Amino acid sequence: MSLPVRQEIVISGLGGQGVLFITRILAQAAILKGYPVFTSETHGMAQRGGAVISHLKVGDFASPLIRPSHADGLISLTPETFAMHSNFLKEKAWAVVNGQKKQSDKVLPEAEAKTCFFTQADVLAQKIENARSTNLVLLGYSLQCLSDRFFCDIDDAKQAVDIILSSRFKMQNTALKAINAGYDASMKENKT
Amino acid sequence: MDKRRLMLGNEAIAQGLAEYGCQIATSYPGTPASEILSSVAKLKNKNDLSMHVQWAINEKVAFEIAYAGSMSGLKSAVSMKQVGLNVASDPLMSAAYMGCKGGFLVISADDPGPHSSQTEQDSRMMAMIAKIPVLDPDSPEQARQMIDYGFKLSERFEIPVMIRPVTRVCHTRQDIEPGMICTNPKTPDFEKNPARWAATPKFRFQLHKELEKKLEAISQFPDTEPICRNPETKSKTAVVASGVSGAHCLEIMKESGLFNSISLFTVVQPYPLHQSFITNILSDYEKILVIEETMPVIEMQLADRNKVMGKMTGHTPRVGELLPENVEQIIFEFAGKKYEAESFKPVPGRRPTLCAGCPHRASFFAIKKAARKGIYTSDIGCYTLGLNLKAVDTVLCMGAAISQAAGFYHSYKDEKKRPDIVATMGDSTFFHAGVAALIDAVVQDVRFVLVILDNRTTAMTGNQPTPDSGFGACGEKLNKVDISSLVKGCGVKFVEEGDPYDTRAFTSLMKKAVKYSKETGPAVVISKRPCLLDPAQKKLVQDLPEYEVGDECDGCAYCIDNFECPALILHEEKGGQPSDQADGETDKKASEKKVSIDPVMCSRCGVCVDVCPKKSIREKNQV
Repeated sequence: MSLPVRQEIVISGLGGQGVLFITRILAQAAILKGYPVFTSETHGMAQRGGAVISHLKVGDFASPLIRPSHADGLISLTPETFAMHSNFLKEKAWAVVNGQKKQSDKVLPEAEAKTCFFTQADVLAQKIENARSTNLVLLGYSLQCLSDRFFCDIDDAKQAVDIILSSRFKMQNTALKAINAGYDASMKENKT
Repeated sequence: MDKRRLMLGNEAIAQGLAEYGCQIATSYPGTPASEILSSVAKLKNKNDLSMHVQWAINEKVAFEIAYAGSMSGLKSAVSMKQVGLNVASDPLMSAAYMGCKGGFLVISADDPGPHSSQTEQDSRMMAMIAKIPVLDPDSPEQARQMIDYGFKLSERFEIPVMIRPVTRVCHTRQDIEPGMICTNPKTPDFEKNPARWAATPKFRFQLHKELEKKLEAISQFPDTEPICRNPETKSKTAVVASGVSGAHCLEIMKESGLFNSISLFTVVQPYPLHQSFITNILSDYEKILVIEETMPVIEMQLADRNKVMGKMTGHTPRVGELLPENVEQIIFEFAGKKYEAESFKPVPGRRPTLCAGCPHRASFFAIKKAARKGIYTSDIGCYTLGLNLKAVDTVLCMGAAISQAAGFYHSYKDEKKRPDIVATMGDSTFFHAGVAALIDAVVQDVRFVLVILDNRTTAMTGNQPTPDSGFGACGEKLNKVDISSLVKGCGVKFVEEGDPYDTRAFTSLMKKAVKYSKETGPAVVISKRPCLLDPAQKKLVQDLPEYEVGDECDGCAYCIDNFECPALILHEEKGGQPSDQADGETDKKASEKKVSIDPVMCSRCGVCVDVCPKKSIREKNQV
C-alpha cells in the first residue's frame, strides 16, 4: 500500500510565458486522478513582464501556498526565475529548467545537489514553429525525465489539455504537439 | 462520476451567486476581484439566467444599482477590490442604517502584500466602521458556501453582509463540486417606506439604534460561529485565526504536531465576533494568539491585553502578507518551539513593464519630448508603469491625475517659470473618476494637458469593456458614450485625437497641446490605439512587417534607456549573451555592444524606428 499522494510543485517564469497555463494542466490532471488540488497564481500588475510564480499542491492540504524548503519540485521557464525560486525546494527535490546548464552553474552551486534537468525548451519550441509553446515543451520534458516522481503521467496531462481547451481543436493539436516534442526530446537526451 | 471542477476562487464566488439565486450582480474591475463578475456573466449566458449582470462606471454606482435591487426584494451582490470599496463607502455607510430586503452582499477583495494595489487596507475594518457583519473565507470552496450564509444572514436581519476574500482566495484554484444553479427568479416588490428608505436625521437615529440591535443578534447567530478545529485537544493556549491565515495555521499545526497541544479556532465571521466565543475563550485560556490579515479586527474585540497576543502587542506583523512561513515562525515562537529556517538571500526580480508594442509606451515617449522637465501626474492602470520611462511622477488613486495636475498648477501659478503639467489617464479611469475633476479644472482654468490613453478597454484587469465599448459584461450590445464629445461637454476647448504609433505626428500634436495649455487654457489629447492584449488585435500582427537592427548599431542604448521595450535586447558584445536587464546598467564600452529585436516578443508596432536617434532600426528586407 503506497502513501497517499502529497506533492508540492512550484512553477515559475516571466509574465507571458504561460506559467498559469501549465499549472492549470497539472491541476486538471490531479482532478482526473481523483486527488484534491490547490493552485495559487499571480495576476494584475505583477503579471506585466515581471516574474510569475504559481504554487501547485496535490493531496490533502489546507493552505494554497508552499513554504520555502517544502517543494518537491520546481519547473522554471527561465534560468533567472530558477535562481529566484530554488529556495522553495526541499532536500532531494527535483527541478527542470528551460536554459543551458552552463549559464546557470555560476548562479546555482546547489543545483548540483538536487535532481536538476536543464534543456533548451525555447529552442525546441522554435524548431516546431511555435515559439510561444516553450511552456508546454518543458512540461512534456518534465513528465518524461521525472516520470517516477510526478503524481501524473503524460497521458493525464494530454487528457487535461483536452478538457481545458475543449472544442478548440486547433489549439488542442498545437498544445499536444508541443508536449510530445518535449517528451521525445527528454527520451533522447536522458537515455541511460 | 467525478463532478469536481477546477475553479478559481472568483469563479467559485460567482458559482455561489448563481446557485443561491442572485439576480442583480454589479462590479467595477480591480485585481484581485475582477473575475467574479466576468464569471457570473459566463454562468448567466450558459444557463440563460434571468439576472442583471453589469460592469458599472465605478464602484459607487455599482453599489447603488445592486442595493436598489435588494430594496426591490431581489438577492443582489456588488463586487470590487478593497480600494474600490473606498469609492463606494458613501452608500455603504448609509445602506447599513437603512438595511436591505433581498439578500445583499458586498464582496470586497483585499490584497495583503500588496500584489496589485495601492494599499493593504483591511475591508473587515470598513465593515466594522459601517457596522455590518463580514465573512472571511479561507478557500475558494468556503467562499462559495459563504454566499449562502451571507444571503441568509442578510435576509434574516435585513442588513448588508460583506464577504472579504483575499488575493489567496480569489486567485487560488481548487477542485470544487458545483451545486445546482438557481433558476426560479423572484419578482421585484419594492415596498414604499420613506421613513426608512429616505430617512431624515431624526429617523436615522432610530435606524442606528435598530442597527445596534441587529448586530447584537448577529453576534449570537449560530451558523457563523468560530469553529474549534481540534476539540479533542485540551489546552490552556489557543490560536485564533481568520481567512487564509486560518488555512495556513491548520496545515502547519497538523504537520508540526502542535495540533495536539494547542487549540485552534478558525473565525468565519470576524465582525461582529460572537459574544459567547469572546466570553468563553477569555475565561478558558491563559494565552491566546490571534493571526489575521491585515488589521487587528478580531484582536480588538478580544479585549484582554494580558492574554491576547497579535498585532497590537507586536507578536504578529502589522504590514505585509502573512505567508505560511511567517505564520509558522509566529506559531512556533508562541508555542516555545525552536524555529529553524534556512535564511535565503533574496534574488532580485524583474520590475514589471509595459508589454512590447504597448501604445502607452509610445504616448509616454512623445509626452516626454513635448514637455521636457514637466510635472507628470498619472493614475491607476497599466500606464502607472510609465514610471519606468520617467514619464510618471505621481500616482495617488483613481482619477487623481487631473485634480493633482490642478493642485500643482495652483501651487506654481505665481512663479515666474511655471513647469509644463501633463496628466495621463486611461479611458476606463477617466470614466470612473476623471470627469468631475476635469469639469473642476475647466472652471478653475487650470493650464495643463490631459492625455487620455484610450486603448478601448480596461487592460490591467483583463480587458473589461468601458462605457465607450458598446458592449456589456455578457457581450450584449449597449449604448456608447464618446470620450471626445464628453470632454467637449465638460467645457474643454482644445480636444484632439491622435495615434501614438504615428510617432512624429503624435509628438507634434503633443507640442501643440502643451503650447495651447500655456497660452490659452486646459487641453485634452486623446491617444487612440487599441490594447494589444485585446484578443481582436492579436490576429493583425501576422500581416505587419518585421523589423531589424542594422549592423551600424553602435550600442548607445538610447532605445533601452528611453523606450524600455522588452523586445529590444542589449547584448554585451556581438553574438554574446544578453546583459542583465534588471540592473539597467549601461556600460559605455560602446563598440562591443549592440541591440537586437526579439522576434517572439516584438509586436511589430514599428515605433522604435523613430526612437533610434541614429536610424539603425528599420523594416526587414528593406534596401
